[in-house]
Amino acid sequence: MEQIAQVLVSGLLSGGVYALASVGLALIFGVVGLVNFAHGEYLMLAMYIAWLAYDLTGASPYASMPLNLALMAVAGYLTFRIIMARVINADHSIQMLITLALSMALQNLALMLWKADYRTVRIEMTNQVIDAGFLVISAPRAIAFAVAALASLLLYLFLQRTWAGTAMRAVAQDGRAAVLMGISLRRVYGQAFVIGTVLVGLAGLLLSPIYPVFPLVGAGFSTLAFIVVVLGGLSSVPGAIAGGLLVGVVESLAGYFAGPAYQQAAYFLLFIVVLIFRPEGIAGGRGGERRR
Amino acid sequence: MLRLRNLNAYYGGIQALRDISLDVGRGEIVAVIGANAAGKSTMLACISRAMDSFTGEISFDGRRIDGLPPDRIVDLGLVQVPEGRLLFPRLSVRENLMLGAYSRRCRAGCAERIEEVFGILPKLRERASQLAGSLSGGEAQLCAIGRGLMAAPSLIMLDEPSLGLSPIAVKEVMALVAAIREKGVSVLLVEQNARQSLRLADRAYVIENGRVAMQGAGSELLEDAVVKKAYLGL
Repeated sequence: MEQIAQVLVSGLLSGGVYALASVGLALIFGVVGLVNFAHGEYLMLAMYIAWLAYDLTGASPYASMPLNLALMAVAGYLTFRIIMARVINADHSIQMLITLALSMALQNLALMLWKADYRTVRIEMTNQVIDAGFLVISAPRAIAFAVAALASLLLYLFLQRTWAGTAMRAVAQDGRAAVLMGISLRRVYGQAFVIGTVLVGLAGLLLSPIYPVFPLVGAGFSTLAFIVVVLGGLSSVPGAIAGGLLVGVVESLAGYFAGPAYQQAAYFLLFIVVLIFRPEGIAGGRGGERRR
Repeated sequence: MLRLRNLNAYYGGIQALRDISLDVGRGEIVAVIGANAAGKSTMLACISRAMDSFTGEISFDGRRIDGLPPDRIVDLGLVQVPEGRLLFPRLSVRENLMLGAYSRRCRAGCAERIEEVFGILPKLRERASQLAGSLSGGEAQLCAIGRGLMAAPSLIMLDEPSLGLSPIAVKEVMALVAAIREKGVSVLLVEQNARQSLRLADRAYVIENGRVAMQGAGSELLEDAVVKKAYLGL
């Protein structure tokens, strides 16, 4: 029983970070209507920034967080201005090709700059645990979950309570009407893309003390984020959060009962089952995939 | 205050508007009637700059606006309430109204303005926290017009506000149009419902196949033999 509790808690902890890595993808898809296959590469970039800061100055990923997030915002803005803004109204197949190409370019750029070696950030905290009686939680995982939860809450408040956030929800529902309200689509698209990129970057830097960094680390997370987002109903932000937690728990349970080799298989299976029985996702309404 | 001169609009190779010239004066209700696909909504899309492929002159309050982006046009107080209402279905009525005041000029006074709109449209107050997607057709149209008023327009363009509504709801909408003018807001009313809109309008234009086929005082067109036959079914 205690072991099951331990397994569930560690599943939820990973799930929180998966949610954070995926919520940006849901936001970008929901608001901009863009299928971004390069999403995971921004996680990789943020991990490398955290590693570089650590390698060059010894700073922990938490200390370099402000710089890291600022650089991610710049990366998101430049990507949007230079590439995404040109394909916003293009067909989904063109968007997929462009973002796949971007993903490959970024992977190979990382390979060229930092080689294929696995890099690790070994701060003191990496091996510290929080011992809560029957539960033992690794400190960086607990921090990652807490920060992810806080970031999700801030995103929720932003979307519900601010002009810019309300405009984002409006654009996601009806871009044509939003234009007539005097909302500049281009600006809202850019904001959503930057926020999505910063959020996945935050997930990356939180993972850096737990996970090794290498050029292809983002690819696995892109797939994971897609599964999470489809489970959650594609463009739903709360759905992506629920989907992330669910995938974390399923992965953890499968690891305990069937062995670590079956972790990925378990959430792929869950993915297929949900697609068969509830293709609109956990929180998605019907037709969420056909916005335009 | 709104002036169109020689407006030509195109969808790909197809010309949808041909040399449309039209004026709306301060405090006027001007109706534009015409059959489905005559080009009425296209004209409004050009004015709001929801489409780009047009030539000709559009000016508002004496300045050219045909080069401005859509958000600047709303900012000037020229606001469109689109056909089919296009409310944000999964936002509440209150949030829909709020977004009407999105333009920088209006945000500060948003709360007072919502109260003002609730004053004119008390039904909306009862529905304030309901999702807009759950409103009936008539309520949705009132909400859409309320949302347009939130932008503090000096000219409001209504595209087919009576479309798909019950006769009672149509009356309610038409009464609202008259009330809007009483508040000093000019109205450009685009309608297929020729009889109701000609009765209400000071002046009217008849658009056929993308051209202005006729124009005159509302009451005059109401009596015109051709209009009677083609649009009033008499």
